[in-house]
Amino acid sequence: MSPTSADTLEKALEKNRYERVEKLLELGRELKRDKAGLIGVILITALVMMAVFAPMIAPHDPTDQDLTARLAPPVWYEKGTWNHMLGTDHLGRDVLSRTIHGARVSLWVGAAVVLLAGGFGVVMGLMAGYLGGRTDAFVMRWIDTQVAFPGLLLALIILAVIGPSLTTVVVVLALNGWMVYGRMTRSAVLSIRQSPYVEAAEVVGCRWPRVIFRHILPNLTSPLLTLAILEFARIVLAEAALSFLGLGIQPPATSWGLDVSMGKNYMFMAWWLVTIPGCAIAVTVLAINLVASWLRLISDPQEREKQFARHMAGAMRKKMQASIEKELKAP
Amino acid sequence: MNDNQNTPLLEVRNLVVNFYTRGGVVQASRGVSFQVGHGQTLGIVGESGSGKSVAVQAVMGLISNPGRIEGGDIFFMGQSLLDPAGRKFVRKVRGKDIAMIFQDPMTSLNPVFTIGTQITEVLRHHLGMNRDQARKRAMDLLGLVDINAPEKRLKQYPYEMSGGMRQRVMIAMALACEPRLIIADEPTTALDVTIQAQILELLADLQQRLAVSVILITHDLGVVAQLCHRVAVMYAGRIVEVGDADQVFASPVHPYTKGLIRATPRLDVVTERMVSIDGVPPDLISPPQGCAFSPRCDQAENACLRPQTLTPLGDDRHVSCWCAIKGDTR
Amino acid sequence: MIGQKDIVTSRAAKEVAAGPPLICVKDLRVIFDAGRAGFWGRKRLQVHAVEKVSFDIHPGETLGLVGESGSGKSTTGRAILGRVPITSGTIFFQDKEITHAGKEMVRALSRYMQLVFQDPYASLNPRMKIVDIVAEPLLVHGLVKNTKEAAGEVAQLLELVGLPPDAGARYPHAFSGGQRQRVGIARALALKPQFIVADEPVSALDVSIRAQVVNLMQDLQARFGLAYLFIAHDLAVVRHISHRIAIMYAGNIVELADRHLIYESPVHPYTKALLSAVPVPDPPVQRARQRITCAGEAPNPMDPPAGCRFQSRCPHVTQTCRDTAPVLTSRRPGQTAACWNC
Repeated sequence: MSPTSADTLEKALEKNRYERVEKLLELGRELKRDKAGLIGVILITALVMMAVFAPMIAPHDPTDQDLTARLAPPVWYEKGTWNHMLGTDHLGRDVLSRTIHGARVSLWVGAAVVLLAGGFGVVMGLMAGYLGGRTDAFVMRWIDTQVAFPGLLLALIILAVIGPSLTTVVVVLALNGWMVYGRMTRSAVLSIRQSPYVEAAEVVGCRWPRVIFRHILPNLTSPLLTLAILEFARIVLAEAALSFLGLGIQPPATSWGLDVSMGKNYMFMAWWLVTIPGCAIAVTVLAINLVASWLRLISDPQEREKQFARHMAGAMRKKMQASIEKELKAP
Repeated sequence: MNDNQNTPLLEVRNLVVNFYTRGGVVQASRGVSFQVGHGQTLGIVGESGSGKSVAVQAVMGLISNPGRIEGGDIFFMGQSLLDPAGRKFVRKVRGKDIAMIFQDPMTSLNPVFTIGTQITEVLRHHLGMNRDQARKRAMDLLGLVDINAPEKRLKQYPYEMSGGMRQRVMIAMALACEPRLIIADEPTTALDVTIQAQILELLADLQQRLAVSVILITHDLGVVAQLCHRVAVMYAGRIVEVGDADQVFASPVHPYTKGLIRATPRLDVVTERMVSIDGVPPDLISPPQGCAFSPRCDQAENACLRPQTLTPLGDDRHVSCWCAIKGDTR
Repeated sequence: MIGQKDIVTSRAAKEVAAGPPLICVKDLRVIFDAGRAGFWGRKRLQVHAVEKVSFDIHPGETLGLVGESGSGKSTTGRAILGRVPITSGTIFFQDKEITHAGKEMVRALSRYMQLVFQDPYASLNPRMKIVDIVAEPLLVHGLVKNTKEAAGEVAQLLELVGLPPDAGARYPHAFSGGQRQRVGIARALALKPQFIVADEPVSALDVSIRAQVVNLMQDLQARFGLAYLFIAHDLAVVRHISHRIAIMYAGNIVELADRHLIYESPVHPYTKALLSAVPVPDPPVQRARQRITCAGEAPNPMDPPAGCRFQSRCPHVTQTCRDTAPVLTSRRPGQTAACWNC
């Protein structure tokens, strides 16, 4: 009896894997219906591809100077050439190539900071929310203190002491950004730990790390994912700002913020120097926000149902109209 | 209950409500018809997912987005509530002539206003009373639902009251505009049993004194037995049996009604073991062909796969069961 | 336990083996801190959830614990499981005191005592498969190394509670309330406990499903000799499963008696009110029934009255009731009640 029933269970578990693919396909279908979300996802995928394959796509090395072609305008001007499609800067470097390479820095910094700050913040929030008492008081006061301290000042101090570099930028931004994860995680944990399934886990004999990481954390993923993506957008902007101030990425490396900063001196002669990296920043942040709002929708089961119902209602109306038209045409 | 007028107060005819979910189309109401006469109390009994709430939500115009009314009609005093031409009539009727009492009074009372503000608001809006008139009427209403010291209560906020007291306030608000029909959706489910007994007594008393019609939605047959003249039993989005309450309880015809009555624990009869109905309620995305109860029914036969309608059995009883119609198994 | 003013506890129905009790609760008191009030928080707020509650439960026996919301019935159950700080009193499990058990001891005890929850929708982690949920107790107590190893046992447990073994591969949302409650029972049974606290396990279920779950629990009791503390908010469902029934009101046990005595000859006015509050599904009978609706509501647990806690709603209240709280005294063999006037 028992071996057969165990087999049934194991077979059913095996079959599960296909269902996961099915779910992913469904997510894809839903994405296709949400135009804004779809545009966001396409843009982000394009940006990531651009960053990953930058050396292959970029027509020039971003640091190659060509002093004979300084401040060349984009191709649609009389003096523009296809060689430098979006023009060149004051040292004759190709703006298009620099923008493509700039994506690497922005995305890398964004991802690294979100992982670092998110990881630390979530762990602190989980401990504060679940363990409560002194741990909670300590973590929350720490967060309060750090939030009260001006972030830019802290960044300036650290950068002044250690000296600006890619790593320092990441560390500084992570130090400034983990609190929001901590706070949000804590408040979510406080509500989830009241739920009976958490109590059930405790009654069954789970120790606290298991309760936290197996029962509480998985149920926090959707709000945390949305937060992380929004934070990603903020970090992209923050990195650009730091680089613009000269505290972030240092030449000869490239960054959108750095390019805007250097371009601002030539703003009236060569508008493309500030505009093109600026647009890159804007498009990235917009795309991330589009994706975030779609994710928020999709992670709320009720909203997801409503969205679906709206689609169905629309589809049925179309079908009805089509059938009416057909009837009208028939005789 | 004698009906003097020919048209029933409320008539629901072949109501079809579908919910469009990602899992499929949930057929919450699959052709529900019932009538409520003047001064009559109708109990609609069913388990969760039977569509009992959906039917009255359609009456109150509370079916929204994933749900759509896709068939049938609802008439109040002979006029359609679903006809887009009669919007003005509908707006006047809902909230004034038809009032609703919900399961959880805490969520239907606004926590930031006092009880007094909330009741007088209704009176001033619907009946155009001035402040003093409304206040006086509000006190009368609280007295009507047996709330002591109404003057003091009017100044209280919902959180300062117990569940039973809040439900009394909800009833008072429902009575504010002297409605002809009160819809009570599981009015006592969230309350303790002894408080439930108090509220049921109050409802029965008010119904008789004010001669108002009541639709009572509940999952508890005992509550119906206490309060209702007629009873409609719902299963899987359909009414399976409807008739005079005394008769339905005394001699149920549909196997589901029989099972439900047997499964309701009685304190006045000793039984060895609790009686259950085997199986689980069907999935309304793909309900069984024909009689939805047939997979759980011990009398089921091939005939049960044919589509069914409510069939009169005389004495105002209607049943949708092939076996019952064939043999009248009373 | 000897030589003190012992509260009478009756040995239950004959089928329950005589012998030492499995669980023995004596003078249990639970008072929660509810923060502070007043200017500068000078006044401490305390919720008197459970006051001087005593009972014992024998192996293979079911004690029904009936009370309305705020009566302290769930708190009592959770106090036994070591999930609530106990203010005073003692709790014994098999002659071993577990009143102030520490974290590790509570964990060790979880192999012998388990909990079944009220809400079948909220008590299963929506992100875990049924197989993981049922295997978890085995896993955290080191009885198996991974879920795969537990598959055989999980399949058996699922069959035991009347679910097909392949149900294990699905997530909780695929199941109805009754089926989820079965999963909850399978999880509680995984460690082969001797005692289960069932906290209103059928209150959230439909009538036709309710009986299925109660019957299942009865069958499991017969098969494994489990003892239950079966908590409920009315007297309708505990009737079939309980050997003895305790009625709680505002933190006190007001009546504790063998099952048939509670239904046939209740003593306490509150028990009578509870009995008459459950409507009978038969209109003529229900109309003819003499109903005792106790007016009023339960006292504020932050500020309980002196004397009997039922005084504000009792039809027979006297001065004695207002001054002194009654204790449980024997009324007939197998029946105790706490009331001055009945």
